[in-house]
Amino acid sequence: MDTFVQLVINGLMLGGLFAIISVGLTLIFGIIRLVNFAHGELLMVGMYLTWLGTTQLGLHPYVLAPPVVLALFVVGLLIQRFILQPLLDARDAHVQIFATVGLSTALINLALLVFGADLYATPSSGVRDSIALGPYRILVGQLVMFVCGIAVVAALHLFMERSYLGRAIRATAQHRAAAQLMGVDVKRIYMVTFGIGAACVGLAAVLVAPIYPASPTVGTYFVLTAFVVVVLGGMGSLHGAFIGALIIGLVDSLSGFYIAPDLKEVVIFGLFITILLLRPTGLFGLGRGSE
Amino acid sequence: MLTLHDVQAGYGRTTILHGIHVEVRAGEVVTIVGANGAGKTTTLRTVAGLVRPTAGRITFEGEEIGHLPPHEVVARGITLIPEGRQLFPFMSVRDNLRMGAYTPHARDRMRQTMDEVLDLFPRVREKLEQHAGSLSGGEQQMVAIARGMMARPKLLMFDEPSLGLAPIIVSQVFDVVERIVQTGVTVLLVEQNVFRTLSIADRGYVLENGAIVMNDSGAALLRDDHVRRAYLGI
Ligand SMILES: Nc1ncnc2c1ncn2[C@@H]1O[C@H](COP(=O)(O)OP(=O)(O)O)[C@@H](O)[C@H]1O
Ligand SMILES: [Mg+2]
Repeated sequence: MDTFVQLVINGLMLGGLFAIISVGLTLIFGIIRLVNFAHGELLMVGMYLTWLGTTQLGLHPYVLAPPVVLALFVVGLLIQRFILQPLLDARDAHVQIFATVGLSTALINLALLVFGADLYATPSSGVRDSIALGPYRILVGQLVMFVCGIAVVAALHLFMERSYLGRAIRATAQHRAAAQLMGVDVKRIYMVTFGIGAACVGLAAVLVAPIYPASPTVGTYFVLTAFVVVVLGGMGSLHGAFIGALIIGLVDSLSGFYIAPDLKEVVIFGLFITILLLRPTGLFGLGRGSE
Repeated sequence: MLTLHDVQAGYGRTTILHGIHVEVRAGEVVTIVGANGAGKTTTLRTVAGLVRPTAGRITFEGEEIGHLPPHEVVARGITLIPEGRQLFPFMSVRDNLRMGAYTPHARDRMRQTMDEVLDLFPRVREKLEQHAGSLSGGEQQMVAIARGMMARPKLLMFDEPSLGLAPIIVSQVFDVVERIVQTGVTVLLVEQNVFRTLSIADRGYVLENGAIVMNDSGAALLRDDHVRRAYLGI
């Protein structure tokens, strides 16, 4: 029983991290109608930036959150502006998706060129300290992930519901031409959206770096999981992504212990296929453009 | 106020408008009459910046606007209430109206405009918290018009506001259009219901296969044999 509760705690904490990554992915999907296959490589870029900041400047990874998030926001804006926007009017919408695949490959190779295939562990103090909760333990790093996950989802929700810009983002997703008629600059909306999506991964990178070493392909594992979360939650749904992330966090933690650590990815992707077969709109999917 | 000078426009390689001249003066109600597929919607979309003119000039208050993207056309004071309503279906009616006041100029006075607009549309006030997609066709059309007014436009363009509505609702839509005209907004109106439209229009243009074939006062067009035969079925 104790083990089970501890695993549930671990799973929920991990879910917080998945939520941050997935929310960016689902936002880009829901608004720009784009599957961003370079999402994981943005995480990788953020992790190397965090590693550089800690080793070169001697800063704690968490202190690097504001600059890394800002840097990724700008990278996201630029990707949308200079790579995806020129393809916006391409006759075949899939061209954009291939562009993100190409970007992913390019970033992995760039990282190989600059850093090689070595693992870069980010030094950090205190992240692995544990807090006792009766018989259970939570690592500081885990708790920070969970709290950040909730904060990011809540902040994005408020932004989308309450602000002019957030409302314009939703309007663009629901009816692009009508949004233009209201005076919305749709190209700018797409840039901001991609920027926010990338900024989320930037935060995730800062949180992951102390626990998981950076390498050129580090993004793949996390983002494949995030794809499962996004499909589970209903593509494009923010709160769906949050609940989906907690569920996948639990599945990851429990199956890693009760089945086998090596098989947990099999379990997660088994779940992925099952959802696609039984309920392709996800748990909270209301159809296109519902958020 | 608005002048289309020899405007040519279309989709891809197909030219739809073959060099049309249209003029709307401040304070006027002008209509474009024409059969299905004549190019009325294309004309309004070209003014709104959704379709790029391939030749000719569009000026508004003396400035060239033909090259502007839609959001800058709106900012200049031209609002299109599009064919088929085009509401944001998963947003509340209130948020749809807020979106109508998205330009900086309109945003500053949003509360005041919202009150004024809702006075014109008491039925819309009752539905403020509902999803726009859940309303009936007539209610949606009222919201679409109210949303257009939220921009405080100088020129308001209507594209078939009564399309697909029950006769009694059509009549209500016309009442609303007439009341908006009385507030002094300049209006460019495209409507199926040619008789009632020409009755409220100062002037009208007849568009056939992408070319203007006639233009005259609303009253004169109502008396014209060709218009009566082709568009009024008399
Ligand atoms: N998006 C589009 N792409 C290609 N052709 C179009 C498009 N929209 C309209 N058309 C064509 O342009 C012509 C004029 O259409 P439209 O301006 O909608 O006419 P109206 O509003 O007078 O009924 C029609 O032949 C129509 O088929
Ligand atoms: Mg039309």
